[in-house]
Amino acid sequence: MKISRRRFILSSAVVGGGLAIGYAATRPSGHRIANDTLAEGSARYLTSFLRIDPDNRVTVYVNHSEMGQGSHTALAMMAADELDAAWEQVRIEQAPATDLYAAGDMAIGFAGEFGVPSFLMPLIEASAMKIAQIGNLQTTGGSASIRFTGQLGMRVAGAAAREMLIQCAAERWGVPADECTTALSYVHHNASGQSLSYGELADAAAGLEPPDAPTLKQRTQFNIMGKALSRVDIPAKVDGSAFYGLDYKTDDMLFAAIRLAPVFGTKLVSVDATEALKRRGVKKVIELEDSVAVVADNYWRAKEALKEVSAEFERSDNDSVSSADIAARFDEELTRSEGSKDFEAGDAEAGLTQASEIIEASYRVPYLAHAPMEPMNCTVHIQNGRADVWTSTQDPLAVRGRVASVAGLNERAVTHHPSYLGGGFGRRLPFNWNVIDHATKIAMQFSVPVKTVFSREDDMQQDYYRPAVTSNFKAGLDANGNILAWHNRYTGPIQTPGAAHIPYAVDHQSIRVVDGETHVPIAAWRSVDHSQQTFFTESFIDELAHRAGTNPFQFRMELLHKHPRHQQVLQVAAEAAGYGRNLPEGRALGIAVQESFGSICAEIAEVSIGPDGKPVVHKVTAAIDCGWVVNPDTAKAQIESGVIFGLTAAMYGEITIKEGRVSQNNFPDYEMVRMATSPEIDVHLIESGASLGGLGEPATPPIAAAVTNAIYILTGQRIRELPLSKHSFRQNSTLAKA
Amino acid sequence: MATLKINGTEYTLDVEPEMPLLWALRDELGLTGTKFGCGVASCGACTVQVNGNPVRSCVMPVSAVQGQEITTIEGLAESSLAHYEPGDLNAVQKAWIDHQVPQCGYCQSGMIMAVSSLLAANPNPNDAEIDASINNVCRCGSYPRVRKAIRAIANA
Repeated sequence: MKISRRRFILSSAVVGGGLAIGYAATRPSGHRIANDTLAEGSARYLTSFLRIDPDNRVTVYVNHSEMGQGSHTALAMMAADELDAAWEQVRIEQAPATDLYAAGDMAIGFAGEFGVPSFLMPLIEASAMKIAQIGNLQTTGGSASIRFTGQLGMRVAGAAAREMLIQCAAERWGVPADECTTALSYVHHNASGQSLSYGELADAAAGLEPPDAPTLKQRTQFNIMGKALSRVDIPAKVDGSAFYGLDYKTDDMLFAAIRLAPVFGTKLVSVDATEALKRRGVKKVIELEDSVAVVADNYWRAKEALKEVSAEFERSDNDSVSSADIAARFDEELTRSEGSKDFEAGDAEAGLTQASEIIEASYRVPYLAHAPMEPMNCTVHIQNGRADVWTSTQDPLAVRGRVASVAGLNERAVTHHPSYLGGGFGRRLPFNWNVIDHATKIAMQFSVPVKTVFSREDDMQQDYYRPAVTSNFKAGLDANGNILAWHNRYTGPIQTPGAAHIPYAVDHQSIRVVDGETHVPIAAWRSVDHSQQTFFTESFIDELAHRAGTNPFQFRMELLHKHPRHQQVLQVAAEAAGYGRNLPEGRALGIAVQESFGSICAEIAEVSIGPDGKPVVHKVTAAIDCGWVVNPDTAKAQIESGVIFGLTAAMYGEITIKEGRVSQNNFPDYEMVRMATSPEIDVHLIESGASLGGLGEPATPPIAAAVTNAIYILTGQRIRELPLSKHSFRQNSTLAKA
Repeated sequence: MATLKINGTEYTLDVEPEMPLLWALRDELGLTGTKFGCGVASCGACTVQVNGNPVRSCVMPVSAVQGQEITTIEGLAESSLAHYEPGDLNAVQKAWIDHQVPQCGYCQSGMIMAVSSLLAANPNPNDAEIDASINNVCRCGSYPRVRKAIRAIANA
């Protein structure tokens, strides 16, 4: 990997913690505070991400949240490998929420080389926020932990530390550094037979200047990366001891149940809490601007008492809005507005004019909730001018800032206590603040810790949703079935630029976006725009393939001649899935491919129609080129996870708006794929050697189109609106055999 | 007052008889390994065992389980091993590590409690039996690994 010397100097200039990129030069105060926070006893810091103790233990401070993606383990593997540490002696700790560990500067700093991670782009574009503010995040999202922090933080830190330890040993022995070798947390000088452990060298090495540009290993030199090591967080997750935000508990704490304005953006008018206040354990009923909360000595008591509270919320213009209204508004906007440019090439209008056939199709997907398994919650304890916060978050640093601002405290007076996350998927990203804000305001009225919990119903109805999108296509084919023009108009906003772009060789393209804003709050949802856009583009390209009379695999392959990596994932998936083989009666294979978050993922779904007229997904074959792989087992787990997450959305996912508010309540009306409906998943990891790509999200986008493309082969029905649960199918055996 | 026997220990709790067992465990006793997921017995994150049977504790009033043998994830190994020593894991927990089943892990206490009950009653379930008994929600999609881990235990 290439390290930019100019940027790296920024990140390595400070001894005793100097490897957090950018901060040595730009944030000395944050740096000092981080070291104060971390320093204990005789521990010395070789770099900000690593600590080596005299007993030879290595601690890796991970500045990302563990929400199941396995990045705590993978990030530590990256640091430990470059350090040549003994893996058994490596410990992993969640880094404290301080500026030192902010990921934003790293991302921005390397933007020239890698591109700003897409999850940060909307923040920059939407609010023109200063880079300094963006930098003040500690975000886990955008499938970026390994790609950015791992590559630019962990590996560099490990390599720098290793060089310092070697230098230290070489000076002590009076031998040239290049005669020294390292292995399993020891420095060796083979010629003289001398060895010293890292622990023995740590104190002295901490006094050295870190190297400007440490040499990173070649892939062939990896000892730890590339191995399917067990995840460090799993043992605690099988015996009930893993600590999640919701698990924080003290004897004196209180619990809050809350009812928020059901129509987004409306305010509380009046409350009658007479009966609630009489109930056992109830301490207080709190009226906030847009909500009412009951605080009691047990969450269940608070929740039951809340049922006795009658609350009136103000009327609003949105009180009558339904999903049908929103769809109609989108249609109108798509008809009326030219929108703004997403991507243009050649002359699409001219291309359409020359076409012998024009194919048009309109696609639609609904709003979706994140529904992480751990309901949203936040415990805040405010006392003596400071606050302690326990909440499962994808950005501890931003939570600290938010609580400070709501409570009117200095950021330094707020401590976020880390925990595992019971799922994130974008729900626990910055700006999705409702639970944090309300929990803070409630806790401000007490001096004991108060845990505010959103019930599943609250979570379902007060989310920041995956946007509903409508996408209208027009394509022109010539007499030979070649695509002359690709014309796409869809409702925005764009959260991840490029998601609607196609890799296929089409000379004339016009892709434009129109306003899709409604009163429903939106946010990033696993894979962000890619999950909707891939359903649209990979379905429509499939329509064109069938219209051209070419099989969908071959059609794609021919149009991807400039994208060999796309071709390869398709080829690998097709071979593994047995594309073209004789399938069992009544089954078909659907195919889709998408590049997102630096990885290219092809999926092939083997589908049949069940006796109840519903699709059954038997098997999904996925092939992903993510450049290379840090931990093959956690990588595969992420692909399995991404497929099932996307399949749940395709099969069942729908948040509908009625009378301005969300209709769904809980899992019974927001169904999930479960054991009985979960397909077999066969994952193929392709190591092309390209730049490291993400893994947490790229498997989610292709699955919907892969399934609906198979359904088309089976039934002749082209699904242009999700979820599939709205449709019923009858197998068309003539088509299935064709 | 309710007397609950949890993981072999008797607790006397001053709670309403209709309080769901989940909230007695979590908020009164601090046994937080049992998770709140939906509150309506749909997702199974709150699954505990009562006399060995899987029960969704979020809808089970404490009055209904008084005097019965309640096992939570914290006491699972002890309740299922003949010779238990602190830190031991039962076969399901071990298989969960071997097959690296959990991701975020939040649903896994309930999943493990449900699978342990299933395997105690039916040591070699077929796919249909697994599908019928294990309908817990895992948002991370650990299902393929859950199935593999169950298969491995059944074939051991």
